[in-house]
Amino acid sequence: MSESSASNDGSAALGATKLRVHYLNAPAPALDSVSITVPRGSFYVVLGPNGSGKSTLLRALLGMVPHAAGQAHMFGRPVSDWDRRALAREAGVVTQSESLAFPITVRELVAMGRYPYLGALQSETPSDKEAISNAMRMCDVENLAQRFLSTLSGGEIQRTRVARALAQEPNVLLLDEPTASLDVRHEMEILELLRASADHGMTVFLITHHLDLAARFADRLLLLDRGRVAAEGEPQEVLQGETLERVYEWPISVSNDPATGVPRVTPLSTSSGLRPPPAPDQDPDS
Amino acid sequence: MKPITWAALLGLAVVLVFLLSIRLGSVDLSTGEVFAALLGEGDINIRRIVVELRAPRAVMAILVGGGLSLSGAVFQALLRNPLAEPYILGISGGAATGAVLALAMGLAASLSWALPAAAFTGALLAIVLVLRVAATADHGVDVRVLLLAGVVVGAFFTACMSFVLSISDARTVRSAVLWMMGSLAGSDWRTVWMVTLYTLPAAIMLVGLARPLNLLAIGEETAGFLGADVERVKRVAYVLASLLTAAGVAATGVIGFVGLIVPHSVRLLVGGDYRVLLPLAFLTGAVFLTLADIVARTVMSPAEVPIGVITAFVGVPLFLLLLRRSVGAGASHGIGSQMVTESTGPAGARVAKRSAR
Repeated sequence: MSESSASNDGSAALGATKLRVHYLNAPAPALDSVSITVPRGSFYVVLGPNGSGKSTLLRALLGMVPHAAGQAHMFGRPVSDWDRRALAREAGVVTQSESLAFPITVRELVAMGRYPYLGALQSETPSDKEAISNAMRMCDVENLAQRFLSTLSGGEIQRTRVARALAQEPNVLLLDEPTASLDVRHEMEILELLRASADHGMTVFLITHHLDLAARFADRLLLLDRGRVAAEGEPQEVLQGETLERVYEWPISVSNDPATGVPRVTPLSTSSGLRPPPAPDQDPDS
Repeated sequence: MKPITWAALLGLAVVLVFLLSIRLGSVDLSTGEVFAALLGEGDINIRRIVVELRAPRAVMAILVGGGLSLSGAVFQALLRNPLAEPYILGISGGAATGAVLALAMGLAASLSWALPAAAFTGALLAIVLVLRVAATADHGVDVRVLLLAGVVVGAFFTACMSFVLSISDARTVRSAVLWMMGSLAGSDWRTVWMVTLYTLPAAIMLVGLARPLNLLAIGEETAGFLGADVERVKRVAYVLASLLTAAGVAATGVIGFVGLIVPHSVRLLVGGDYRVLLPLAFLTGAVFLTLADIVARTVMSPAEVPIGVITAFVGVPLFLLLLRRSVGAGASHGIGSQMVTESTGPAGARVAKRSAR
């Protein structure tokens, strides 16, 4: 089978073969026979409606989902064979959200990215310190080092969390909607940082809802629909109006953006959407 | 101040309060007499007071105060809850039930080891029961279930104890109530060795878990992605912190507040890094409980005030003062402040998925 051999070979950073995840008590599987190959050094973007299995795919690729069937690989090795710490030295993850139980500073949070490199009571070595300050510089959070996270804006928090993942000095970076709460400038800054990282050989696996930006930055796109692969390939192949309309269940027009030269996705209006409650009758006499 | 300076100061403080604890009491001794007695010289009566009564008691205060504080800090990280303390998961209820049974059956009067043994057994029973309930189908431990199970198991044991007390005579009830308020009075070298046997290895191993415990504070999933073996850390931390608490409770009864306020006070002073927090919490707890014991047995001498009363009387105002200071500093990052970067965690996303269909 060509799919499995492709994801097994060492040229793929991440790969899945007939991956299936069915959560306990869930009516349908969250992922069903998903086979993908994420080439090394590529910017790989995952799209799909809410609940289509994007976040589950990210976790399953790193072997963090119980009840998974099929195979997930990293650099040609089944992910279940990887030691957790070795895995964390290869793959940095930024999840959608995390909550802090206790106050913590930006420097402390970024330094946690060195966990897989340090012994139980070992102090940071010069190379750890360098990795931490490099990561903080790349994400522009150096000047926030001693601030507590609870005092930061949403954008600053996300940049700090990306910095922590970069402090792991990973070869693969997986991010789950890292720019969902960011303004244009901070979103573009992070995406350009990711693009530059991919150009320097890092594999970037990004989940997002921004179809336009995905088209601009991605080398390859994956479109998930209810746990299955709806389309996979280069942005122009995947971003077809017909496919998007079917997956997102909404009328969508795709045109070519003259400013960027990539597909532009525009959701249209529909009569079948949600309706506001009927307006109260303000003047009963009329 | 640097953590190492704090550690040096607190280490010195432990030695000073240890000596002070031996000097002060119904008979006040001079420092010279104390040293002479510890070296096996001087008056035979003073030697007896120092070596057989006060020294084991002071060592017990150090072990139990340190152990409770360390265990409280670990439970706060494990349960991701600033309100957590060593007794939150029903250990005190289990121990109290065991202790009250030993008292009611008259075992405690005839056998000196019966009371601690019964209390320790009760505590172990609670620990195992809570862990069994919280273990999920895939052998993980859900800390939310752990917290609920602990509170409920504790309530159940408290009910058992209340029942036994309700059918006991007045003398038993009085002994039980005094036991539950805690006392270091019964400390002898044999109990000290028993408690040491549990406290020292558990404390050292927990300090070794400091780094993964730091990661737990930012969430189990993130900790896993950073390379921590989260399930193992949770299980080991729970068992060690529980044994540490159980040994202390068995030897000295239920001494409250130490395990809650010492970790928070240290956190306010040196920050939240468990590699620093855990050792300093042990030292601070040791100093605090030794001082509390000195007050407990001198303030109404020759009568003793229950040490649990002193820890609350002294500890609560002190802690409120620290808390005010941290709030007064104008930071919203004080104790209990929680930060959620986004409203949709994995659980929220799952709910969203369901409602989307």
